[in-house]
Amino acid sequence: MSELQTEIETKAKTSPGRLARAWDSDLAYSFRNNPVAMVSAFVVSLLILAAIFAPLIAPHDPFNPATLNLMNGFTPPGQANQFTQEYFLLGTDDQGRDVFSTILYGMRISLFVGFAAVMLALVIGVLLGLLAGYLGGWVETIIMRIADIQLTFPAILVAMLIFGIAKGITPPEYRDQMAIWVLILAIGLSDWVQFARVVRGATLVEKNREYVQAARLIGRSPFSIMVRHILPNVLNPVLVIATISLALAIIAEATLSFLGVGAPPTKPSLGTLIRIGQEFMFSGEWWILFFPAVTLLALALSINLLGDWLRDALNPKLR
Amino acid sequence: MTTPVLSVRDLVVEIPTRRGVLRPVDQVSYDIHAGEILGVVGESGAGKSMTGNAVIGLLDRPARIVSGEVLLSGEPVHALKGERLRKLRGKKMGMIFQDPLTSLNPLLTIGEQLTETILEHLDVTQSEARERAIAALDEVGIPAARQRIGSYPHEFSGGMRQRVVIALALCAEPDLVIADEPTTALDVSVQAQIVALLKRLCREKGVAVMLVTHDMGVIAEAADRVAVMYAGRLAELGPVREVITNARHPYTAGLMASTPVASQGHRRLRQIPGAMPRLDNLPSGCAFHPRCDRAEPRCREEPGPSLEACDGRAACWFPLTEKTEVSA
Amino acid sequence: MLAYIIRRVAQSVLVLLVTGFVAFSMFSFVGDPIDNMLGQERTQADVERLRTQLGLDQPFPVQYYKFLEQAVQGNFGLSYRQGRPVSEILVERLPATLELAAVSGLLALAGGIGFGIFTAIRRRGPSASTIMTLSLIGVSLPTFLIGILLIYLFSVELGWLPSFGRGQVVDLGWWSTGFLTESGLKALILPAITLGLYQMTLIMRLVRTEMLEVLRMDYIRFARARGIREKSINFRHALKNTLVPVITITGLQLGSIIAFAIITETVFQWPGVGLLFINAIQFVDIPVMAAYLMMISVMFVGINLIVDMLYFAIDPRLRVDRTAGGH
Repeated sequence: MSELQTEIETKAKTSPGRLARAWDSDLAYSFRNNPVAMVSAFVVSLLILAAIFAPLIAPHDPFNPATLNLMNGFTPPGQANQFTQEYFLLGTDDQGRDVFSTILYGMRISLFVGFAAVMLALVIGVLLGLLAGYLGGWVETIIMRIADIQLTFPAILVAMLIFGIAKGITPPEYRDQMAIWVLILAIGLSDWVQFARVVRGATLVEKNREYVQAARLIGRSPFSIMVRHILPNVLNPVLVIATISLALAIIAEATLSFLGVGAPPTKPSLGTLIRIGQEFMFSGEWWILFFPAVTLLALALSINLLGDWLRDALNPKLR
Repeated sequence: MTTPVLSVRDLVVEIPTRRGVLRPVDQVSYDIHAGEILGVVGESGAGKSMTGNAVIGLLDRPARIVSGEVLLSGEPVHALKGERLRKLRGKKMGMIFQDPLTSLNPLLTIGEQLTETILEHLDVTQSEARERAIAALDEVGIPAARQRIGSYPHEFSGGMRQRVVIALALCAEPDLVIADEPTTALDVSVQAQIVALLKRLCREKGVAVMLVTHDMGVIAEAADRVAVMYAGRLAELGPVREVITNARHPYTAGLMASTPVASQGHRRLRQIPGAMPRLDNLPSGCAFHPRCDRAEPRCREEPGPSLEACDGRAACWFPLTEKTEVSA
Repeated sequence: MLAYIIRRVAQSVLVLLVTGFVAFSMFSFVGDPIDNMLGQERTQADVERLRTQLGLDQPFPVQYYKFLEQAVQGNFGLSYRQGRPVSEILVERLPATLELAAVSGLLALAGGIGFGIFTAIRRRGPSASTIMTLSLIGVSLPTFLIGILLIYLFSVELGWLPSFGRGQVVDLGWWSTGFLTESGLKALILPAITLGLYQMTLIMRLVRTEMLEVLRMDYIRFARARGIREKSINFRHALKNTLVPVITITGLQLGSIIAFAIITETVFQWPGVGLLFINAIQFVDIPVMAAYLMMISVMFVGINLIVDMLYFAIDPRLRVDRTAGGH
């Protein structure tokens, strides 16, 4: 109570700048008072930074055959290799690759695919949602009907199908090279519906507000009305969906790669690493599977927790 | 003098927020006797609904009663919790909500909702409960009640639904009914019927009614006494005729001047300048002083007095005394 | 009401036509069927003869119609990889997937609704928040990781349950069941939990959200104000209203169990249609992919129709008109 008083008083005395105002906003307040959100934000930033700076952090380049030594294979974590006396923090896999380094590089691919896929889904979804909501008529009917039909099928299945078709179209010699882009396309295309539905709903509401009507009357183009007046109103729900979608996209990527229909072993993502590691689970080399799995879980869980917090804090009408 | 059905004494409700503690209800006291309708009037946010919710124990967290008491036929009920409070609700006190479209469960027939309530509080058999339910519907003016008892809420019009809501609130024969804006969501033509119905039931059954509304017209039509609330406090309390014709608190006077009255012909309506302050930003002294044309330095410095300062009528340092011409 | 059902059926047919079109396009544009069927040594005459034989010289709509005609009869041609009729392979594999999906579906439904109600009612209780936190881990844990975890625990470490396959099956006509043997039941446990757990957490979180929403409604406040017992408020007033929106999404969830079975079947080498599909993708076996797509869309559309019919049973407002409600 007395703290509150002083807080209000100090606020009255100083005229806060933009940053201070942002710090004092309800969103920042709820963030500062939510240890779970803070820890998740910390974990997410740490993992993202580690992925970005992987070439600087990683002790080895796991994909440069010249630096690999098969003698180093199956070194357990935290112990020196019995032949070469080399030491690996999280051990090595069957080919002597440093697990810690493969995780850093794998996370790079997982995060890249995740972000890119969500961006793709967001752009497509927001665009189609705006068009459907604002234009109405047959444009809306077609877009929303496609959305309904796609919603009938789980996103992961749609992604698999797109991946399968794309794989059939690409010539075999390019398949590995194209795999990452095909993944982004597949996951992105499977996930736009959520964005479109929310944006369309919000657009329908905003479209009939007085200020939009006024903007229309003074002759603003539909495009500028959508961008300047309607878009800002849908940012909150879009941000929440994007966060949750990011977790889903990373999981989807891992799942596809695990199933062998995603990132190829030459460019392994976390899912591919887990697929590789699974083979050694029965023979006792647990670390090859364990550490990538824990990394994936930490990444997905902290993003999900952030999304959960964000949804409560912004409190848009979301299901 | 008989014990009032409801007696509210110095009731204070607080909501702790991060910006400070809000007081939507501040030191409110009033009585309601059997067969009497007390109108509680004020702008939105004045604390009228919050008072009603506090009485029946339905405050939403984090709002809570911090001091004062609520006596139901002399028994304190403000501290009751759980089962003991539940047994009083419906049986001793009922509540009518604003929107009849949302206060009925859409998936249960009105008969199911009525008999459930009756069986909960009265010692009757299933078939007796059904008969009582039909009688209750009959009483509130639902035509062909026996045939319509198996209908779902969506099969009724808005006005009819509000009648069903009233039947539900009264079916276990409570002594007190809190009607929270019972006519606000209805068509104007239906409003008068519902007010008349409430008035008739109050007289016939001797129920005490707390009628919460922002509509002075409804108050003038139905209430015996009126309590005017402003920013969580009682501004004025008195018999409805006197308050309307001879307001003592400047706020009440302003409220009257801004209400159209048919008998006064084409009188120019006056507005009260400004708006009611938000609870997190109350002015010093009397909360009404920034909008009051009678304000003196004292009003800025000291909080408004209790009602007793003005014969128990108005909480004002400088009440209007004579029949002052306010419509000028 | 009849009009509504007709409209829903028409919509379902539309969905099937569209997925049929996707499947057909796969045949036409992904890889050349002639290439797939004829070897390297072929003459131009062979190609032409096969084109006519397959009807590939006919206009596109005619080809599409022929494809649909064949599809309705369950004829999707030969698997590129196995050289056997696709329908035969599917029928052989289907019982494994359906048994797995049914058990996991029941698990997900019972657990999801039960825990959902519990966490909504005891919103602030410690056990409810524990369940909620666990469920978030459940949502973040990819299905395949759950499977691997279970295998590691119960197969590798404890050695209680098998880590792959279906165990011994009994043939009942064309249907092979694992329900009748001990090894079949044992083999079912881990895959069923793996497949059901994720759906269970989703259903649970959904039920909880909906129930909390309903508990905030005016009619719940009004019921409280009438002194109705908490038990009746929760299970009579709130639950029924919660179920209306829950049924749709739950229906879709159950549908997606069949799709998610792909992952579980891969982890456990469960010989169902999902494993078949994933192998088909790896080897670009178009006829199998197309047939699987058609089969699964028929299932989904069927589930959706059943869900719609259930609506009528629960919500009296729908029996009169469909204009009210919706969001």
